[in-house]
Amino acid sequence: MRGEKTHSVRGLERTYRTGSYEVHALRGVDFELCSGELVALLGPSGSGKSTLLNLLGGIDRADGGEIWFRGEELTRFDDRALARYRRRHVGFVLQSYNLIPSLTARENVELACAGAEGPIAAADALELVGLRPRMDHFPGQLSGGEQQRAAVARAIAKRPELLLCDEPTGALDSRAGVRILELIERCSVELGAATVLVTHNAAIAAMADRVLSLVDGSIAEARGNAPRRNARDISW
Amino acid sequence: MNALPILQRKLLRELGRIAGQAAAIILVVACAVATAVMSFGVLRSLEQARAQYYERCRFAELFVSLPRAPESAAEAIRRQTGVEAVQTRLVADVAVGLAGVDDPIAGRLLSLPERGEPEVNAIVLRRGRWVGAGVALEVIVSESFADAHGLEPGARLSVLVGGRSREMSIVGIALSPEYVYALGPGMIAPDDRRFAILWTGRRVLESALGAGGEFNDLAIRVKEAAALDDVARQVEAVLAPYGAADVHGRERQPSHAFLSAMFHQIAGVGRIAPAIFLAVAAFLVHGVLGRLVESQRQHIGLMKALGIGDAAIGWHYLELVLVLGAIGIAAGLAAGTILGHGLTRLYAGFFHFPNLSFRHDPPSVLAACAVALAAMAIGAYRGVRAVSRLAPALALAPPAPPGYGRTWPERLAPWGPTGGTTRMVLRHLGRFPLRAALTVMGLALAVALQIAMLFSFDALDRILDFQARSEASDFSVLFARPLPGAAIEEAARWPGVLKAEAWRMLSVRLGSGVQAHVVNVTGLAQSARLRTLLDADLVAVPVPRQGLALPGKLAALLHVGVGDSVTLQPVGSRRTLELPVARIVEQYIGLDAYMDLDALNALLPGDPAIGGTDLAIDPARRGEFLRALKGNGIVAGISERSAVLASFRDTMLRTLTLIVSFFVAFAALTASGIAFSSAWITLSEREREFATLASLGFGAAEVSRILALENAILVGLALPLGSVLGYGLAWLVAQRLDTELYRVPLVVSAHTVAIAVLVVVAATLLATWTVARRLRRMDVAAVLNATQ
Repeated sequence: MRGEKTHSVRGLERTYRTGSYEVHALRGVDFELCSGELVALLGPSGSGKSTLLNLLGGIDRADGGEIWFRGEELTRFDDRALARYRRRHVGFVLQSYNLIPSLTARENVELACAGAEGPIAAADALELVGLRPRMDHFPGQLSGGEQQRAAVARAIAKRPELLLCDEPTGALDSRAGVRILELIERCSVELGAATVLVTHNAAIAAMADRVLSLVDGSIAEARGNAPRRNARDISW
Repeated sequence: MNALPILQRKLLRELGRIAGQAAAIILVVACAVATAVMSFGVLRSLEQARAQYYERCRFAELFVSLPRAPESAAEAIRRQTGVEAVQTRLVADVAVGLAGVDDPIAGRLLSLPERGEPEVNAIVLRRGRWVGAGVALEVIVSESFADAHGLEPGARLSVLVGGRSREMSIVGIALSPEYVYALGPGMIAPDDRRFAILWTGRRVLESALGAGGEFNDLAIRVKEAAALDDVARQVEAVLAPYGAADVHGRERQPSHAFLSAMFHQIAGVGRIAPAIFLAVAAFLVHGVLGRLVESQRQHIGLMKALGIGDAAIGWHYLELVLVLGAIGIAAGLAAGTILGHGLTRLYAGFFHFPNLSFRHDPPSVLAACAVALAAMAIGAYRGVRAVSRLAPALALAPPAPPGYGRTWPERLAPWGPTGGTTRMVLRHLGRFPLRAALTVMGLALAVALQIAMLFSFDALDRILDFQARSEASDFSVLFARPLPGAAIEEAARWPGVLKAEAWRMLSVRLGSGVQAHVVNVTGLAQSARLRTLLDADLVAVPVPRQGLALPGKLAALLHVGVGDSVTLQPVGSRRTLELPVARIVEQYIGLDAYMDLDALNALLPGDPAIGGTDLAIDPARRGEFLRALKGNGIVAGISERSAVLASFRDTMLRTLTLIVSFFVAFAALTASGIAFSSAWITLSEREREFATLASLGFGAAEVSRILALENAILVGLALPLGSVLGYGLAWLVAQRLDTELYRVPLVVSAHTVAIAVLVVVAATLLATWTVARRLRRMDVAAVLNATQ
């Protein structure tokens, strides 16, 4: 279900330096993202998947190469412009749910929608993930699966153009995990967001339109899934 | 056991990692130790200097002054049980003239025995020689006066005594234990240029005062301090035939009393301030170590899993805190020593001791170190206990998410306009109420400590305002002897005099029941405008036509109020009169009673008389006026109001500025330490929340605002609390300083509160800014992806 092109990545490089050590996390990555498309980044630990996701989300800075978002070069944004980009266009779902523990599920969603254009009402977003009855609970009062569902609601409520999911099922059992994947799949389709799903699990990658396999910071293989599998049919 | 050296290596690395918090703790401990070392060191140095000086000069325990008594009376006193030594003297207040100096100089001329050193109240000859026997007009002058005018043996001065001016030659320069803190007549602070203590041969003074074989002053040493009251009663009985005498112990000897009040004050500062600083240090340790243990629970679990014992790991964390304490103690010892030397030098400027140098007080240094380490250990208690109690399996697992709930302001006003980040701040504070309360208390103490110190300047302003309102004269002239009322007309004709008002002052013993105090009672004319009595609100009140006006402190000492009667016995008289207390007035320095001049004269035998005059003069003719009075036989002393106030203000400012600056700086450091530590703990605990906010598109400034808001709420609560505590602490200080010598009015100006508040606000802003800078450098991706 590919729509118009949202992101272009060219020759992207990222190197981490710790003392005299250098780790080349990304070594010249090129690809494009379109709205409504679900792309899986597949690869073992240390292959650069999360680094690529962080750069796309504007929470890290590249050492070389370019990322273009709708005609603007993201890699040239200053901190303020990056914050604005994240606020308006990006939704994150991470392995650690990263909910604010002092805010209820509903308040967590409301917080993320501040400054977004035409967001989904917090209660509706939580309804979408099946959490409406527990929306006034604090994260400490929710199970891991519920917390991750709240995190998905928070990510989608602002109607992001880019939904970034980093091992979203990593801390969940398989049943709860599949439920999260179903939600991500549905949001990708219904909201038309470009969705990037980082996983090291090939079974999960089967739900993507495209799979980019990363090895040592480079895209070793790019393939399409035709047809892609439904999330509910995935198991591991 | 093999693991211990590795743990110590870890300890050093931990110190590096929490350098900011460690510095805050070290600084606060250093402030505590420095204050204690400085205060008790200075106190010990002063006390030892005084004790050695008194011992060396055989300083009296009992002092007597009376108009006149024969030597035979002194012989009778020598025979009383408990009396060790008696020195009879003649003492006279005189006017001193120096060539080329127009300013009036007051002098106190004391006799020295014809042969040998005084048995009691000896003096320390610093330069020159003793006065010769006989009637040679030779004097020894006080070192402070000599130094102020650059006088050396061989110089000459004129002394107006017994109605005659005499040229005297300076043969020696000396110090006396009676004048360590030297206040001249009418002075409220030492003024070395305008007050001279002079010693001359007994026969010179006998001849000048016409007092052959008589004395008017006794200095007595007793065999046992316990027998002091008995000896005083015996002395009073022996001297009774010569009229009431002013017999008092060291507690009313002005120099001794002032020193004692000062010691009391230094000891108070030495006890209260370090206690406050150490309480704050314990609180900082509590917070920082608690957070460190929480953030290292997986390391702790790992160490336990590796078989390192609970005690060894607990000790590792306690050691970390004790190392900080030890560094703070070392810094405090160094700073306290430097400050102690500085303060001692300052005191040496107006306390005239033969030897005064700063010395440590080992017991209090040891006590300060021990208490500082104990405070560190108390602060560390909860953290170390948590380390010991953590089961390895539990420690290796991530901690349970903290439980939050709605705060009471939200429950009371759920419709309130609080935004998401405000709710986060309120709920976080509500989640850790004890920590928030302790932070508020610490910041409040920083405000309070400053107010308790800074209010001294307000009190000084009030005292100066009081003096300016109550005394409008330019000069006050003491006559050599009581003169008929018509003398005021002659005074009014002196060059430059615009207005002259008469007064009469009398030394009296005021009594009520078993209470009795020897004070001066001053008779003022109803028409007096140059000297005004003021009530507690500093509003002018008239001199009562009948009865006495007493300062509140004197009334309290005598346990009397308006309408009660007191007995009045002039010193040297055997008559006792009874007078009502007609009015209570305000007086901050000294204890003086007032009454109507005519009423006072009516109480005394003989014709009405006056003892001196207050003068307003034409400032352009000041020099002419002073030159005209030089050598005038009816003048025993002149004091210039502006000089009295200037010397008082300068003396107070010199001491206050230094001490108050220490405390304001220390309080600022403490406030910074607390605010920094609080912000750091917030950052460290909630790093993931802040990273999440960043991922949601909140800019660095918006996230920093959460830190700022949290500190602003804590400071907002601390400021009013600190202001109230500060007022209370200032009240305690004022109570502690309340003596017969002076009272410190409890005035806390808005200016003082503003400074205290601004210092704490600035310190908090600085600390918040420092932590916010670290927030800006946070690696959002790393924090978000770190395992919980």
